[in-house]
Amino acid sequence: MNHDAYPDNYIRSILNSVKSIAMVGASPVNVRPSYFAFKYLAQRGYDMIPVNPGHVGKELLGKPFVASLRDIGRPVDMIDIFRNSSHIMHVVDEALTLDPLPKVIWMQLGARDDAAAEKAEAAGIKVVMNRCPKIEYGRLSSEISWMGVNSRTLSSKRPPAPTQGMRLSLNRMSVGGGETAASDRAAKNKTEQS
Amino acid sequence: MSDRLPGFSTLAVHAGAQPDPTTGARATPIYQTTSFVFNDADHAASLFGLQAFGNIYTRIGNPTNAVLEERVAALEGGTAALAVASGHAAQVVVLQQLMQPGDEFIAARKLYGGSINQFAHAFKSFGWNVVWADPDDVTSFERAVTPRTKAIFIESIANPAGSITDIEAISTVARKAGVPLIVDNTLASPYLIRPIDHGADIVVHSLTKFLGGHGNSLGGIIVDAGTFDWSTGGKYPMLSEPRPEYHGIRLQETFGNFAFAIACRVLGLRDLGPALSPFNAFMILTGIETLPLRMQKHCDNAKAVAEFLVGHPAVSAVNYAGLASDKYNQLARKYAPKGAGAVFTFSLKGGYDAGVNLVSKLQLFSHLANVGDTRSLVIHPASTTHSQLDDAAKIKSGAGPDVVRLSVGIEDKEDLIADLEQALAA
Repeated sequence: MNHDAYPDNYIRSILNSVKSIAMVGASPVNVRPSYFAFKYLAQRGYDMIPVNPGHVGKELLGKPFVASLRDIGRPVDMIDIFRNSSHIMHVVDEALTLDPLPKVIWMQLGARDDAAAEKAEAAGIKVVMNRCPKIEYGRLSSEISWMGVNSRTLSSKRPPAPTQGMRLSLNRMSVGGGETAASDRAAKNKTEQS
Repeated sequence: MSDRLPGFSTLAVHAGAQPDPTTGARATPIYQTTSFVFNDADHAASLFGLQAFGNIYTRIGNPTNAVLEERVAALEGGTAALAVASGHAAQVVVLQQLMQPGDEFIAARKLYGGSINQFAHAFKSFGWNVVWADPDDVTSFERAVTPRTKAIFIESIANPAGSITDIEAISTVARKAGVPLIVDNTLASPYLIRPIDHGADIVVHSLTKFLGGHGNSLGGIIVDAGTFDWSTGGKYPMLSEPRPEYHGIRLQETFGNFAFAIACRVLGLRDLGPALSPFNAFMILTGIETLPLRMQKHCDNAKAVAEFLVGHPAVSAVNYAGLASDKYNQLARKYAPKGAGAVFTFSLKGGYDAGVNLVSKLQLFSHLANVGDTRSLVIHPASTTHSQLDDAAKIKSGAGPDVVRLSVGIEDKEDLIADLEQALAA
């Protein structure tokens, strides 16, 4: 996978297929991005599991914190890593000990570890780096459009009136796969320089 | 769902808009409302904390305006956009995110006169210091860079004479200086030039001109290219530091490659207040649907009018980058191959009196201070917009006593040429 620019269909197929998501580094502090990504994904119907050893014994929006991926005690479809790049390899190594393996390992905005990605992909796991699943879900459903964000999708279909907790259709026409986007080129240049 | 890139005209009609979920309305409804009802207290708190997608109050966002924002972001190839009340408002909001009192920004000397005033006088009172550079001399931008420089500002097609700016060369200077390049793309519109493809980090527009295109609605917009890294060295604290206004959120960390557009909305528009009326957003959106058709006609007419003027005995010079003989023709071929825009100047052998006479004799061209209307427009800067300057200053700003500026409309070119012919003969 080219991790500088993901085709929309790659992201779409992941968000359409996974049901359970373990969020490593989920925070109970309600101004942290991990908190509101967790909350949003839970509202959109994903089975969310907060992973953070510092908060075991507490709950995040009714879901009990677990200390590590191994403590989840049931299969998970996707691991969403809300840690900075230096912690990624450790989490991926732990994920690779799970049975069954997760289908997807997702690293948050700003997080990228190409060696860890290669290791996970070698084990047949799909990898997304430096993206936010909340933003991608909002973009592909066009829900994010309220704040002037370019969803890079089009649709002439009448969507249902949105209600709380509704799963939204992500199957809109994509405006390019992003590989020509200036923002993706800039991110690639930054990666190459560092 | 194929990942293919629809063409510009498809985006001009569809981007950002979908049938209204509640009524099925196909045209974008005008959401003429100040405020939006929350589902419950938790929803309200999530919206105010920037945690959920949704509408609060039209000074922060409005569904009609959001369609306009996404459409222009798509046409420019940016990650997000923010619509505001005017092009001037866009410039204030952009620089508020970048500048602290005592900071500097470098601006091209050839700009819309209103921008020159805003930068030199209004912004000076905020402690934002403009340093002028010559868009025809890239090294003048390099020489102007200091440790306090926070941005570089240029126009893609520059006022008043429609000259073309070497965006790529100046973007190299900006990158080396570690500051964003802001490009005012008003006179080109994204149909002719997409500055982000040439290295711009932020694009601003007066929507009042070619994008709206009908001379009926004011508006401005800011497009975030998503290309600039705001996190370096605490140089841009509005983007990189925890914001007390939002319980310590860091905008770049939270919003990634559209953080600048969010900063403009939640720190700029929210606190400074120049919101765009949803009605104006609707009018401008309707205009944008025909932008590709209009812009091509504007350019084709402008070229025909410029060629007519070149051959006229009363005319001493024509400054139009679309003419093969023009100083900016090479740059026009590179940056604006579909056409060099529709705003340009020419000089009359008869000087000041001939300029005044021409303007008074024209029957189709309207004498007014605007550009980018369906109608053809004319102004004699020396007797109007620049009348307060002495002759030397007029000449320096490209508005000498013999200079006339046209904004060529989308009428039949034969009629425009006939109108100029009769007015020049009179």
